Amino acid sequence: MGDTVAALPPSLQAIRDDFLALDVPDRLQLLLEFSDSLPEVPEGLVASDEWERVEECQSPVFISVDATPDVVVVHATAPAEAPTTRGFASILVHGLRGMTPEQVKAVPADFPLLLGLQNAVSMLRLRGMSGMLWRIKRQVDESLS
Amino acid sequence: MSLPADPSPELADYANPERLVTTAWLADNLSSPGLAIVESNEDVLLYETGHIPGAIKVDWHTELNDPVVRDYVDGAGFAALMSRKGISRDDTVVIYGDKSNWWAAYALWVFTLFGHKDVRLLNGGRDAWVAQGRELTKELPTRPASSYPAVERNDSEIRAFKEDVLGHFGKPMIDVRSPEEYSGERTHMPAYPEEGALRGGHIPTARSVPWAKAAAEDGTFKPHAALVELYLEGQGIKASDDVITYCRIGERSSHTWFVLKYLLGVDSVRNYDGSWTEWGSAVRVPIATGDEPGVAP
Repeated sequence: MGDTVAALPPSLQAIRDDFLALDVPDRLQLLLEFSDSLPEVPEGLVASDEWERVEECQSPVFISVDATPDVVVVHATAPAEAPTTRGFASILVHGLRGMTPEQVKAVPADFPLLLGLQNAVSMLRLRGMSGMLWRIKRQVDESLS
Repeated sequence: MSLPADPSPELADYANPERLVTTAWLADNLSSPGLAIVESNEDVLLYETGHIPGAIKVDWHTELNDPVVRDYVDGAGFAALMSRKGISRDDTVVIYGDKSNWWAAYALWVFTLFGHKDVRLLNGGRDAWVAQGRELTKELPTRPASSYPAVERNDSEIRAFKEDVLGHFGKPMIDVRSPEEYSGERTHMPAYPEEGALRGGHIPTARSVPWAKAAAEDGTFKPHAALVELYLEGQGIKASDDVITYCRIGERSSHTWFVLKYLLGVDSVRNYDGSWTEWGSAVRVPIATGDEPGVAP
């Protein structure tokens, strides 16, 4: 566990520290703040066939990744009626911002489990975020191959 | 003390109309003494984005389940939860939630395991309330802690275990999952791959009636006549029958359990909450695949 945490990039480590500094009910509030701050994707920025549905989530959430050899940009969209899913997407959109493809690929697959949300949200629901993360990594690979 | 039943004509045909309230009734009764409104959703944050004024949140996953064993909280645990939420044993509890009240029906079923007498569903759930433009608030209600008695859970009447199902062949069983899950093409619901099972298919002799057939477009329950056609005429279920419903973890089948028990008045209806995540991974239980119910082993 200690090794995994040490390997987190600074932006994700900061998000983790913010969650762990709170008690469990306030972690939900922080997740809600992330949900509210999921950036709107401007119309036309992502072609409709470039959105990938995250099948691991109960709610309709879609991601799209733009990757150059220097930087990865993650876009995500999820409905307001699914704030938990929006929150997960927002954590990844903000946390991965500015990273190189190598840095994104090196994010530990268990990052969603490091936020102290198991008791607030349940393991079952956290699997949605794991699904987003591996799909993002796969899209990074595909767009650079 | 219980509140009077909602007298709306649209509920009158159901076997137990007092188990449902309309959005209009709830809006008129928001501040009635003796009423506790409970929101129970699949999405654990939805309540925080705005809820019906006065509503308390109860999360099925983190509050109604035992944190260690795959089971519900016990009598003391439920009493502590109710006390913390400010719900009294004789309160009228109205539950509503997202996704056509799946989780609300599940919560109602758990309340019923503890014998809470007056527990009702808001017909149409959260979506109907929102669609009608009714008031939502982010303000958290302040309900003083109650002294709720510790009542032992009674699993015998409305809950079925795997052993009960093994002894149930020859009596009606309803599988409420999607047709793909029933046939065995999928072991999980289209968007829920992590809640799968090791084998696909259904419990032999179970009939396939996906839960959503009981719900109208707006999330309310279909009228009594349509439900009679669907379950009694369509599946040959009689009011005197002993029926078991199941799905994947017991939430969608709570919806159908509610329909059979309270809207159609079937005598004995039990929800098998182990459902396919247990049956489909259990060793040496009989399984049928394909679109046909199959034969009893």
